[in-house]
Amino acid sequence: MALPLTFNIALFYTLFVVLFTDVVFCNNGRRVGDVMDTEFGGFSVPLEHSFEVDDVAQFRVRGALVLKAGREPSVALTQNQLSEEDRAKLKEVAAVDGLYRIRVPRVLLQADRQTERQLEGYLTAFVRACAMVESHLSDVISLHTDVSGYLIGVSIVTLPGACRGTEVEDEVDLEVFNTTLSVMGPVNAPGPETALFLERMEMETEKKGKNPQEQKSFFAKYWYLILGGAIFLVVSSAAQPPAGGGSEQS
Amino acid sequence: MAKLIWLCLNFVILCSTVGAVFEDQVGKFDWRQQYVGKVLFSNFDAQSQSSKKVIVATENNVFASLNIRTGELFWRHVDAIGPEGKIDALLHHGQDALLVVGDGRLLRSWEINIGGLNWEIVLDSGSFQSACLIGQQDIVKHVAVLKKTAISLHYLSNGHQKWIENLPESETVDYQSVYSGGNGEVYVLGIVPHSHIAIVVYSLDDGEIIRQFSVEAPWLSNIQASCAVIGEGMLTCADSATVSLYMLDLESQTEMSQIPLQSLGLEVTPGFQPVLRSTQPNAARPPLSEFFLQVGPEQHLLLQLNDGQIVTLRDFNPALLVSFATTGEKTIAAVMSPKNTTACSVNLFSAETGRRLLDTTLIFPLDPNGGKPEELYVQAFLKKDDSVGYRIMVQTEDHTLTFIQQPGRVMWTREEALSDVVTMEMVDLPLTGTQAELEGEFGKKADGLFSMVLKRLSSQLILLQAWISHLWKLFYDARKPRSQVKNEVTIENLSRDEFNLQKMMVMVTASGKLFGIDSKTGTIVWRHYLDNIPANAAFKLMVQRTTAHFPHPPQCTLLIKDKDTGLATLHVFNPIFGKKSHVTPPAMPQPILQSLMLPVMDQDYAKVLLLVDDQYKVSAFPSTKNVLQQLQEIASTIFFYLVDSSQGRLSGYRLRTDLSTELIWEVVVPTEVQKIVSVKGKRPNEHVHSQGRVMGDRSVLYKYLNPNLLAVVTESTDTHPERSFMGILLIDGVTGRIIHEAVQRKAKGPVHIVHSENWVVYEYWSTKSRRNEFSVIELYEGTELYNSTVFSSLDRPHAPQVLQQSYIFPSSISTMEATLTEKGITSRHLLIGLPSGGILSLPKMFLDPRRPEIVTEQSREENLIPYAPELLIRSEWFINYNQTVTRVRGIYTAPSGLESTCLVVAYGLDIYQTRVYPSKQFDVLKDDYDYMLISSVLLALFFATMISKRLAEVKLLNRAWR
Repeated sequence: MALPLTFNIALFYTLFVVLFTDVVFCNNGRRVGDVMDTEFGGFSVPLEHSFEVDDVAQFRVRGALVLKAGREPSVALTQNQLSEEDRAKLKEVAAVDGLYRIRVPRVLLQADRQTERQLEGYLTAFVRACAMVESHLSDVISLHTDVSGYLIGVSIVTLPGACRGTEVEDEVDLEVFNTTLSVMGPVNAPGPETALFLERMEMETEKKGKNPQEQKSFFAKYWYLILGGAIFLVVSSAAQPPAGGGSEQS
Repeated sequence: MAKLIWLCLNFVILCSTVGAVFEDQVGKFDWRQQYVGKVLFSNFDAQSQSSKKVIVATENNVFASLNIRTGELFWRHVDAIGPEGKIDALLHHGQDALLVVGDGRLLRSWEINIGGLNWEIVLDSGSFQSACLIGQQDIVKHVAVLKKTAISLHYLSNGHQKWIENLPESETVDYQSVYSGGNGEVYVLGIVPHSHIAIVVYSLDDGEIIRQFSVEAPWLSNIQASCAVIGEGMLTCADSATVSLYMLDLESQTEMSQIPLQSLGLEVTPGFQPVLRSTQPNAARPPLSEFFLQVGPEQHLLLQLNDGQIVTLRDFNPALLVSFATTGEKTIAAVMSPKNTTACSVNLFSAETGRRLLDTTLIFPLDPNGGKPEELYVQAFLKKDDSVGYRIMVQTEDHTLTFIQQPGRVMWTREEALSDVVTMEMVDLPLTGTQAELEGEFGKKADGLFSMVLKRLSSQLILLQAWISHLWKLFYDARKPRSQVKNEVTIENLSRDEFNLQKMMVMVTASGKLFGIDSKTGTIVWRHYLDNIPANAAFKLMVQRTTAHFPHPPQCTLLIKDKDTGLATLHVFNPIFGKKSHVTPPAMPQPILQSLMLPVMDQDYAKVLLLVDDQYKVSAFPSTKNVLQQLQEIASTIFFYLVDSSQGRLSGYRLRTDLSTELIWEVVVPTEVQKIVSVKGKRPNEHVHSQGRVMGDRSVLYKYLNPNLLAVVTESTDTHPERSFMGILLIDGVTGRIIHEAVQRKAKGPVHIVHSENWVVYEYWSTKSRRNEFSVIELYEGTELYNSTVFSSLDRPHAPQVLQQSYIFPSSISTMEATLTEKGITSRHLLIGLPSGGILSLPKMFLDPRRPEIVTEQSREENLIPYAPELLIRSEWFINYNQTVTRVRGIYTAPSGLESTCLVVAYGLDIYQTRVYPSKQFDVLKDDYDYMLISSVLLALFFATMISKRLAEVKLLNRAWR
């Protein structure tokens, strides 16, 4: 392999043929952790993670996301520490370049009743386990919602994101998650800015109307330049010595 | 002052982007081909002996007239797409052609010489059933249009309605056919399936019902499919169950008489529905009493009704196609029968006697790469000696029209399959033999000094030989008059030109016919018809091996997938010659979900194609040991995504070493709110030259160039103009990370989207302002690059900066694509196909979210155009000047060997090929470049230097003497 590994990762040729009609759920038979209402108006859903040496996903609870519905949904996270056993496993997975996956159940943030919140299925995302280890468990998780408040996707990145193969000696570094969490809704795409443009045009015409200098004719504006030019011409022609005085330059 | 600068800027911009052609450049770098589509109805203009027209009405709602000498279009009328413009019937009378359009919505009369509209009338509502010309006393003056509930009669001269009558009992009776024998009566034939035939006879003069009766016919279900009127009003129907003909005299009888075919000594192929074919040469007279009966797939009989008795005139077995044609008073029957595997023969027979006419054999060559003949149109004419001559037009399964003259001279062929191009690719032409010879020298392993020297000498000799033969050809051609020198394109002389401007266009059509077209001239170099293509197939064309790997032939793979079952097949072929490759594609018993081309090559330089089936198993093609080994090594770096729009699910998978897959990410867009309408990635062969943009303050704004980025467009399920919206999601295809999510409120589709470099441009309909709008999203990493050497989706923790701006566009659009050049140095343009048939080349510069609202020193430094909400369409931006491309459906762009030049093909009903120069031809000397001036100046300077040197020497010498 002449190319660096990271480049190969980017070699992802997404040639989209057709929409398929059948979907396999990755984890049938496992119940979603119960959605619980908390006292301050929000509700909590489990955040699960999985890291296995053989890369067969087995999700366990990592913490609980406390979501607060409303116009501007907010989110808080309470999560456990990694146990001794898990830390060893995570390092092991990182050594074989396995994946660290997380998943959250699909929920609706806006609904008032609990029953309406839960939808079938999960949203999953992943990061390389080695990146998780090398960043000392500092990750950034963002939850994306759509217009109506459905959770549509989750993403996880670590900071720093690279896997440089540095050994993490201190076990303590892998104990506590240092998570930055955010909920993001869609941005309103701007339409054509006609109002501002018209305003600007109006201002320009107004300015022109107010400032009579702008409306002066060409000669009125630049009379001094023309005059200067003319004087220069006259002077230079007058200063020229009579013909025949060609200097001999050899 | 600002305005002045603005004007100046505009002027500069205009100067830099004007790309119009000069008059003498028309057709030099571009060509257009016009098509009509699959022919439904066709009529020869039999008015005069020397007539050279055939009029056709097609499935694509096109009505056109073709020149029978050359096959070119005289004129063409393109109606609306879909059922609105569907041509229901074509009737031809003299100089007029009558069309019923849009399920009986309009009746039009055209003048066929110049294609002008005589008149058009709107018919009363009701679904169309049938139409026929009606004559009396040898003069045809009217046309009858039968609808579900009414029949109306119109004058041929001006379309005015003579009378309209409601049909009796139209709720129960299904009226299907109208007939007139020229005796002042109009027969309307209706049916109550499996019960009886209802016949209503109207008076031609005032529309009064003269007679009305019904006849028992419990075996009949469709009149048009199994009945015909023969002779003096004898309704004849064929029934396959009882293997017999039923006859009914429309004027006198009230009961059908049954004639078993066995009594005539005839047999019907079991399971075959016999078909009757009669002819009525003149609408003012009854049909002829001779008719064809097809009793098997390849057996036709010419029968005659003689005093109520049916007589067999001739048995044609085998006969593929039969047709009647009339000239003057003579009616002839043309019969096409298979001759051998490569040709069919057509013979003429007298319709009255069934006798074969002498010297009328015509050979129709069967194209081995074409389909079977499907329809036979005959133009008969009387020769000077009163014998009958004829020409035929044959339509084959692959929508090809072939026009043949006796004794088998193919006058022209029209490949009407090209009116429906689905996908295409452009492939580099191969090197010439000599070039390849030289190339081959480098490719091989060194085998000794002596043999290498020999090889070099031999290739030099070959080069010398080629040069001499080229000189000889030049000399030979120079003596001939210019008109005789033809540069015909054949497979033999196809070779790459200096700048790789000439390429092979591989086009895939909906009918399953593949074409190889030379991009310079538009000549069809090869064609290949794939039979047994499912009706709703989806095609994907991939280039597995380019021409760069001599001596391995280039290789294209076409993935054909049945949309219903998901089952797919592969067709592997050589894109230069069109020949099917000897490489056997793998059998695919499972439905295929996704295919992806990897940049990994096998030992024969063929790129590896991965196919993912519905069990999420991956198979590779080619799947040699070498490939599998390579795949195992890099499996953990191969990611792919699947989209299920019915469930709104996007999911990412990673390949495992055992070629199974694992699900690694999932994004679900709830289908109750919005549905995914399109997913667009970047083109794999795209190059971006500059990593960033230099800002006004000399700092660099780096582009976010993620090759794995997907743009997902969604539309709201709620279509109310106030609540409808469209969403745009930018997702990383490897990690499933949502990079950006935006909604365009009060907007709806159809959305056209282009995704390239670090930008996404989309067009939508704004329901609030009722106009088309463009929006552009650009992604930047910021002023510092995270990792400048490589891009990895797994290691880009910071989200990019997203800039967006929208503009008003004054027209709706049909399709959109971005230009593409070799190295990506040239600035980009958007090529926009407009419904008007124009192709607009819009500089990307105008779609730039950094266009400032207020002009500052820095923005001026950066050459940013001040923001204006409206994008104007300038007429000089049309790259196809007056060459309208009708119903453009797709635009394909390909880079050429010149960085400044991008090859463009627009396809729809027409095909248009041209070149565009988005930054003008900066790497090409102009045609009118003054070589003389430059070389004379150089020479003069040279001599001046010499002379002045000499003079200086003399002067120095003189000074030394002084």
